[in-house]
Amino acid sequence: MSTHETTYIGAVMEAIDLEMARDERVLLLGQSVGGRPDDPFVQRYGENRVRVTPISETAEIGMAVGAALAGMRPVVDATMAEFLLVAMDQVVNEGNRFHHMSGGRVRVPMVLKAGYGFTAGWAGQHTGSIYGMFMGVPGLKVALPSTPADAKGLMASAIRDDNPVLFLHHYLLTLDRGEVPDGEHLVPFGQAVIRRPGADVTLVATGWTVPMALAAAATLAADGIEAEVIDPRTIAPLDTATVLASVRRTGRLVLVDQATRHASVSAVLAAEVAEAGFDALRAPIVQVTGLDAGIAYSRPMEEHVLPDEAKVVAAVRRVVEYSGTRV
Amino acid sequence: MDAEQTRAVLATMWRIRAFEERVGQLKRADEVHGLIHLSIGQEGVAAAVCGQLRTDDAVYSGHRAHGHALAKGAPMTRALAELMGRRDGLCRGMGGSMHLVDVEHGFLGATGVVGGNIPLALGTALALHAAGRDAVAVVFFGDGAVQAGLFAESVNLAALWRLPVLLVCENNGFAEFSPRSAHTPVERVRDVVAPYGLVGGTVDGNDVDAVWAAVAGLLPAVRAGEGPALLECLTHRLRGHYEGDPDRYREAVSSAEWRERDPIARLQRAATGDGRLDPDELPGFERTARDQVERAVLAARESPFPDAALAASLAYRR
Repeated sequence: MSTHETTYIGAVMEAIDLEMARDERVLLLGQSVGGRPDDPFVQRYGENRVRVTPISETAEIGMAVGAALAGMRPVVDATMAEFLLVAMDQVVNEGNRFHHMSGGRVRVPMVLKAGYGFTAGWAGQHTGSIYGMFMGVPGLKVALPSTPADAKGLMASAIRDDNPVLFLHHYLLTLDRGEVPDGEHLVPFGQAVIRRPGADVTLVATGWTVPMALAAAATLAADGIEAEVIDPRTIAPLDTATVLASVRRTGRLVLVDQATRHASVSAVLAAEVAEAGFDALRAPIVQVTGLDAGIAYSRPMEEHVLPDEAKVVAAVRRVVEYSGTRV
Repeated sequence: MDAEQTRAVLATMWRIRAFEERVGQLKRADEVHGLIHLSIGQEGVAAAVCGQLRTDDAVYSGHRAHGHALAKGAPMTRALAELMGRRDGLCRGMGGSMHLVDVEHGFLGATGVVGGNIPLALGTALALHAAGRDAVAVVFFGDGAVQAGLFAESVNLAALWRLPVLLVCENNGFAEFSPRSAHTPVERVRDVVAPYGLVGGTVDGNDVDAVWAAVAGLLPAVRAGEGPALLECLTHRLRGHYEGDPDRYREAVSSAEWRERDPIARLQRAATGDGRLDPDELPGFERTARDQVERAVLAARESPFPDAALAASLAYRR
C-alpha cells in the first residue's frame, strides 16, 4: 500500500474530498465551510453541495438530519465540540432517534465534525473533552482519531455509515504529521488497535493521550516494564473485547483519558473490565484522567487539571508494584 | 374547492375525527399506551394542506401528529396499531403517537420536541432541491414553536437559501398550557416572519375552503423554487394539551359556540349551502369513517406485540 505524508487535519479533509468525489449525495455544511467562490471545495463540488451557514447551530444540524432523511449524506463542520451544545436537541434527540423510533424504516447518514480538547490557553468554554456526554447516547456513533491515517480512515467510514456519527478531532493533534494511505482508506468502527504490544500492563488511551501513553510506555520500557497501549479509535461503538483480552494477558489496567473522570471513556472501561475481567486482575484498575473541574486558563493550572506523561508513568508503577494493599 | 375536492377533504376530516375520538376512548381504556395529543377541532388544516400534496412531497409533524399522518395517506390500521404498540404499527411499536413515520406515503415523520421538526423539513427541502426534484417539504407546528430560537434560525435559512418548504403554523392560541399572550407580545405569526420576505398569510384554519384556497395560492411558487412560504391557520383544539390534561387554564367553549367553529360542521354547512354537496350524502361521511375506525380497532387488536429484542437490535442501522 502506497502512502504519503500529511497532517492530521489534512487527512480529515482528504477523506471528505474523496467521499464527495465518490458520492454526489455527500454535502458539506458549516460556518467555516466554502463561502467564497475560490474555496477549493466550492470549486470542485459547487455551491449547492458546499454551503456556508449562519451561526445557527440548531438549524444547521437539524437541516443535516432532514437532508439525511431524504437520502443525502451531509457532513456538518461544527468547528468546535462545544458548539454542538447549542444544538443539543438536534445532536442527541433527533437524528440519532429516527432509525430506532421508526422501527428501522428510515436511516440518518450524517457526520458532525468538530474539534475538541484545545488546552492551549483557551480556558473554560473551548477546551472540553466532552465526548463522555455523547458516548452513551443511543443511535449516535463517536469517533476519536489519534493519528493522521486513522483520521482519514475514520472520516471515510463515518461518511459511509448509515447512522449519525460524531467525528471529534483533537485540536492539539491538528498539525501532527504522519503517513496516510493513498486513495481509498477505511478504518472500521468498533475495532480498537494495539499501538504497542506489552506483557506487563494494559494502557488504554484516546486522541491526544495516545502519544502521551506511548511516550510513557517508552519511559517505562527503559525500566523493564512493558506496557501494551490500546487505542479504541471509536468510543461508540466501544471495543471492550480487545481491552479485556489484553487485560487477560497483562493482569493490570491503567486508563488514560483527557475528559473529566466522571464523564470519561475510562470510567466506562473500568466498569466493564471490573465486571467481566475481575478474575484476571492482579491489581486495582487505575484511571489517569482530567479532574472533575473546568480547564483553567493559566498554564500551571491548566496542566494541573489534565493527565500528562509523568502521571501515567507514576500510575503504571503503582499498579505494577501493587502488593495487596491500597494502590 | 369543487365538489370532488370537498368530498375528499370532508372524508379525510371525518377519518381524523373518528380516529381521534376512538383513540381517546382507547387511551382511557388503557388499550393505547402512553402520551397522546389529539387534534380534534384542527382537522381542517391537515386535510386541506395534505389534500393538495403529492406522495413524493415530504411532510413533518410534531407531537400532535395523527391528523397529518392520516391526511398524508398513512393507513389507519397501521397508525392505530402503532398507538397500541403492536407489531404491525407504522413503526413496529417503536415510536408511538409522537413519532409516527410513513415513508411510503411521504410522511417523513413526527418529532416530539416542539419545533425540532422545522429544520428537518428545511433539510429535506434542501435535499429535494439538490436532487433537482420539484417536490416540496411541508412542516406543521403550533404557535408555541414560534417562540423557540430554532424558528428564527430556520426561517432565516429557508429564506436565505430559497428552500422549497411550506411552513404551516396551526395557531390554536395555546402553547401547551398558556395562552399565546403569556408567551409573546406578537399576536400574529405572519408578523414574526415579515422581515424575511416570506410569502403567505393568516387564514381562519377552521374555514377549510379558506385554507384550501390559501394553500392552492402558495404551493405553485414554492414548488417552482421561488422560496419558502408560511401559512398561519387560526384554529382551536377542542381537547386539552394531552389526553388527561385537566384543562383548567382556559374556558371550555359552549356547545353552541363549538357548532359554529367546528371545521367539519362549517364545511358541511357551506358545501350544502352552495350546492356542492347534497344534504343526503352528509351522514355517509361520518358513517364510513366510524366503520373504518372500528375495523382498524379490530385489526390492530389482532396484531401481536413486537418481540422485545427488537428494541436493542435497532439501536444502530446495520
